[in-house]
Amino acid sequence: MKNENSRRSFLKNIALASFATLALSGCDMKALEEFLQQNFRTLSKKEKNKIIKNLAIDYKKKYGKEFNVSDKPALEGTLFGYALDLARCVGCRRCVYACVKENNQSREPQVHWIDVLQMEKEKGIDFAHSTSQYNPEKVPSEGHFYLPVACQQCSNPQCTTVCPVKATWQEPDGIVVVDYNWCIGCRYCMAACPYGARHFNWGEPTIPVEEINTEMHYLGNRPRMKGVVEKCTFCIQRVREGKYPSCVEICPVGARKFGNLLDPESEIRYILENKRVLVLKQELNTQPKFYYFFGI
Amino acid sequence: MEIRKFKNIHRLTILLILCVILALSCNNKATDEIKFHGVSQKQAKNKKTEKVTEFAVDAPPFSYGIYPCTDCHANFAPKPEKRELVEWHDDISAIFNHDSENRWCLDCHDLKSRDSLRLASGKLLDFKESYKLCGQCHGEKLRDWKVGVHGKRTGFWNGKKEYLLCVHCHDPHAPKFKEITPEPPPVRQEDIK
Ligand code: HEC
Ligand code: HEC
Ligand code: HEC
Ligand code: HEC
Repeated sequence: MKNENSRRSFLKNIALASFATLALSGCDMKALEEFLQQNFRTLSKKEKNKIIKNLAIDYKKKYGKEFNVSDKPALEGTLFGYALDLARCVGCRRCVYACVKENNQSREPQVHWIDVLQMEKEKGIDFAHSTSQYNPEKVPSEGHFYLPVACQQCSNPQCTTVCPVKATWQEPDGIVVVDYNWCIGCRYCMAACPYGARHFNWGEPTIPVEEINTEMHYLGNRPRMKGVVEKCTFCIQRVREGKYPSCVEICPVGARKFGNLLDPESEIRYILENKRVLVLKQELNTQPKFYYFFGI
Repeated sequence: MEIRKFKNIHRLTILLILCVILALSCNNKATDEIKFHGVSQKQAKNKKTEKVTEFAVDAPPFSYGIYPCTDCHANFAPKPEKRELVEWHDDISAIFNHDSENRWCLDCHDLKSRDSLRLASGKLLDFKESYKLCGQCHGEKLRDWKVGVHGKRTGFWNGKKEYLLCVHCHDPHAPKFKEITPEPPPVRQEDIK
């Protein structure tokens, strides 16, 4: 009962409090602005620049380094797609850790955007009989294959539709993004994602200062805060500059392929047109832009 | 007490309505949904991948000091007969496992021009183009390699790319891909907090 009372008075006082802050003017204007900040998509270029400049200052204060926070929009005529060769992947997990580094994931508590599942060749793709805990001396293990799972970048995403505050959406180049400043941490999106690809910051994220990647995108790898959801963005900070995602670059067997689905000359289109391709949980009609294929 | 409660609920409703309005006003773009199959016609101005005429490749992965081969081979006559090598390259002889029953060094290396590879036609080939040699017998793999599907390219998805040669991943003398040590498994979900 007491609890409820205090919540009511809190609600009652919000208006008062904001007026007071305004009156005191500059007491902590930045915090107030953040509170009132709209969804990133609806901001003007000028407003975006201001937010980003403030972020760079905040990050510098926190980590003592210069940061470059980009807000580069989608390139015209691009729709990104990804393909992974199941005949090639050996389950070495190089991609998992390259992703952690590139995208400033929390080391403790541990957040991984890529989950590599080991499956039995005999059973085929069968999540019930898979494990991410395999740890032999050498991979691949006899009789097994490996299926790395991260955000499937659905064309018809469930996660974005359930978000009560529209803190997550699909960009024109097909990347599903999260505005961490807008996310309220309700985790509806995590429940809605059939791939377990969204991750919650249960604790205050920690990243060793010397390992922070200072090339960042507002909708991508900028450091997150406790209580927000994050996930793979195809390395938005890289791919909008024309680079490959860092998991593609690290993969020692060349199993990971990336490109523009609208470009008939791209490797991704070649795969769709010439290889046996599948998507995970097709029956759910999420329409992933992450394809698995057999490069035989 | 009853009235106060009612008032509070009233306030709450107004606040809720305000929130909904706010949320809706930010919502206008959420309907511009992208679908791969529908969109390919709509956004026809495709950003074409820049054509790369030659294949830019990483340097061949020679062992230190082995190339140019003629540093040694200029000093003695080549011996064409198939045999177990003992004086030198015994390491290669020992691991040689590439259709080895039917194959010998000189199916790929030239007898006289040691610094070159050699195609079945007799044409000499620079080591930077060793993929052509492999392509003689693995044509479908070479086709996939050229379009970036087998093997690996780095660089820019919409621009210049660099290729790894087949021999960066496959030892030409024992081409089965070597097993590697995996990175550590993730912390179990139930242990995170
Ligand atoms: C350090 C000196 C040395 C270098 C460098 C060297 N070789 Fe040799 N190579 C030898 C010797 C000695 C033999 C003869 C081994 C035997 O008969 O047991 C040999 C034999 C061979 C043979 C077997 C045919 C023949 O003529 O005997 C081939 C093929 C060959 N080398 C290729 C190469 C290639 C290709 C390179 C460069 C990538 C190279 N070698 C570099 C010393 C060398
Ligand atoms: C299937 C074709 C093929 C056959 C058969 C073959 N080689 Fe090679 N070999 C190559 C290619 C291609 C390279 C270049 C690798 C590179 O670019 O680093 C090479 C590289 C070498 C090198 C340099 C290795 C190093 O450590 O850098 C030596 C020495 C060599 N071969 C000797 C031999 C000998 C001796 C034999 C016979 C036992 C033999 N090769 C059979 C294709 C072949
Ligand atoms: C003259 C024909 C010929 C050439 C040239 C040739 N190969 Fe092969 N390769 C074969 C045959 C035949 C097999 C299957 C027999 C075997 O497994 O030993 C094979 C098998 C392979 C395999 C599968 C090995 C396994 O055990 O899974 C790989 C990988 C391979 N070759 C790579 C290469 C590369 C790389 C080159 C170029 C340096 C090359 N090959 C050049 C004939 C050739
Ligand atoms: C980025 C590393 C990489 C490069 C570059 C590469 N391969 Fe492979 N290749 C692999 C892997 C990994 C496998 C799966 C091997 C295995 O399961 O043993 C493979 C398998 C093969 C096989 C066996 C058949 C199959 O599909 O499993 C052949 C033949 C082959 N490669 C030929 C080539 C040729 C020819 C080239 C160059 C034109 C090439 N590879 C370039 C990594 C590479």
